[in-house]
Amino acid sequence: MTALRTGRAGRAGQYAALLGYLVLLAFPFLWLISTAFKPPRELGSLHPTWIPVNPTLANFRQAFDEQPLLQAAGNSLIAALAAALIAVVIATPMAYTMARRRGRLTTAATGWVVVSQAFPFVLVIIPLFLVLKNLQLINTLSGLIMVYVVWSLPFALWMLVGYVRAVPGELEEAAAVDGASRLRTLVSVTAPLLAPGIVATALFAFITAWNEFFFALVLLKTPEKQTLPVVLTHFLGAEGVADLGPLAAAAFLATIPSLVIFAIIQKRITGGMLAGAVKS
Amino acid sequence: MISATATARSGRKAARSTGGTVDHGAWFLVLPALIPILVLSVGPLLYGISLAFTDAQAGRTEPTEWVGTLNFQDLLHDTLFWESFRIGLLWAVGVTVPQFLLALGLALLLDQRLRLRWLARALAIVPWAMPEVVVGIMWRLVYNPDAGILNETLRDLGLGSGQDWLTGLATALPAVIVVGIWAGMPQTTVALLAGLQNTPHELHEAAALDGAGAWRRFRTVTWPAIRPVALAVTALNFIWNFNAFALVYVLTSGGPGGRTRLPMLFAYEQAFRYGQFGYAAAMGCVMVALISVMLAFYLVGRLKGGEDA
Repeated sequence: MTALRTGRAGRAGQYAALLGYLVLLAFPFLWLISTAFKPPRELGSLHPTWIPVNPTLANFRQAFDEQPLLQAAGNSLIAALAAALIAVVIATPMAYTMARRRGRLTTAATGWVVVSQAFPFVLVIIPLFLVLKNLQLINTLSGLIMVYVVWSLPFALWMLVGYVRAVPGELEEAAAVDGASRLRTLVSVTAPLLAPGIVATALFAFITAWNEFFFALVLLKTPEKQTLPVVLTHFLGAEGVADLGPLAAAAFLATIPSLVIFAIIQKRITGGMLAGAVKS
Repeated sequence: MISATATARSGRKAARSTGGTVDHGAWFLVLPALIPILVLSVGPLLYGISLAFTDAQAGRTEPTEWVGTLNFQDLLHDTLFWESFRIGLLWAVGVTVPQFLLALGLALLLDQRLRLRWLARALAIVPWAMPEVVVGIMWRLVYNPDAGILNETLRDLGLGSGQDWLTGLATALPAVIVVGIWAGMPQTTVALLAGLQNTPHELHEAAALDGAGAWRRFRTVTWPAIRPVALAVTALNFIWNFNAFALVYVLTSGGPGGRTRLPMLFAYEQAFRYGQFGYAAAMGCVMVALISVMLAFYLVGRLKGGEDA
């Protein structure tokens, strides 16, 4: 199925298929944006339109009035930032070790990275809930951050191991030959080459935590502590009767940070996943 | 330079074989990550498995007691759980298979030199970047019986007056599955695209020169090259989908009448609505065990299937 000998009809078919995918991928998001800017009268109409007839910002104002969105965004920001920083700081040395030496520890760590993907959250969240409760960390951001750190470690390790492997060991050896100490080599040879990968990993961990819902739902009880995804579900109401306009407006706003960051690191993530998958 | 590297390498080997100080360094590097992993991942996991053999409950004052396999015996007769398990399997297969096929199609297209490819690549990432809660909210707006675009489009096309997709007994599960497919397509596409780009280009050219059509070239060149990736991706997707929570929680909360109550939702209710920690932990154990067995059969079967599968 390469482009070698694709006829004109084949090409047309490919473009038709691509167009189909574009529509499929884009239309729900476009509908969300459209709904966010519609006044109540159009939302109640039986014949909704793609483009709002009388676009309005009232939904955004109402969304901020109804729920503590700014506070929730602040909570999300703190949790995601702290989790991403801590995860990267503790994962980088370990990933370095895993990439550079083989041994039982490396095997066990790789095994854990794989196995941890398979366990249902419920088997982890109940004991975590009990442990955090004993430590008085339920309904605190610190408790949530601890969970997020551990939760993002497998993927962070996976990506970072790939990035470390991409730094040629010969460079470090050359530095060692030139008389640089081990620490000096790490700081002035390895770290600069690794920096883009570390940033990409941190940003990815940030998005994962920013988007996370389940742990936040279980661990955070009071509205002033809750993160953005949990607060968003409050718009849905008890009976699932939702005020569509503010709901769409708030959901749209909550997505923007993730989209922006993802656009920045898109290429690196794909690269990192690949690099991690290649065994040298 | 080359000889210097070689000496350095042999020197390093010597240092490694003498061990000692180097290993202390390794532990120092590993510990910051190892401790949280042991305390907050491995430990809780073992604790969770042991909870399954107790009568642990939320907010109880008497001490928790060992009850042996009582939870598992109860679970065996819990028809609600098995119904939920069946729905979970339907959901996981119903999402994973179409997701894979659609992602494969998209990856093959993105591997071509088509115009607008950049746009498709950018858009393909959107569902991945979005919070799951927002994906759920978004599709609720699409499915909304009155103000939703789906029913409006159906009305415009003269295909009936539409319906309340997420609350209809027959439509709720398929509607939720569609969202699951949409939400998980990007990761699968990216992984498959990476596999495709590792396919040797010369093989394609050779096959084309031999007069192989597009389908034959796909079967004989492309598929064998991406098969390992495809296998790994479907296995992982199956696990992730089976453990899904947020999407369905936002879309239907498991309704109507439990028609979309995935095992994770069921276990969540047992643990955090009714406080049955021990029982919910037992559910988690059973879920892991059964899914592992199914995956083992799938992977062994596929690997044995050899070249023509």
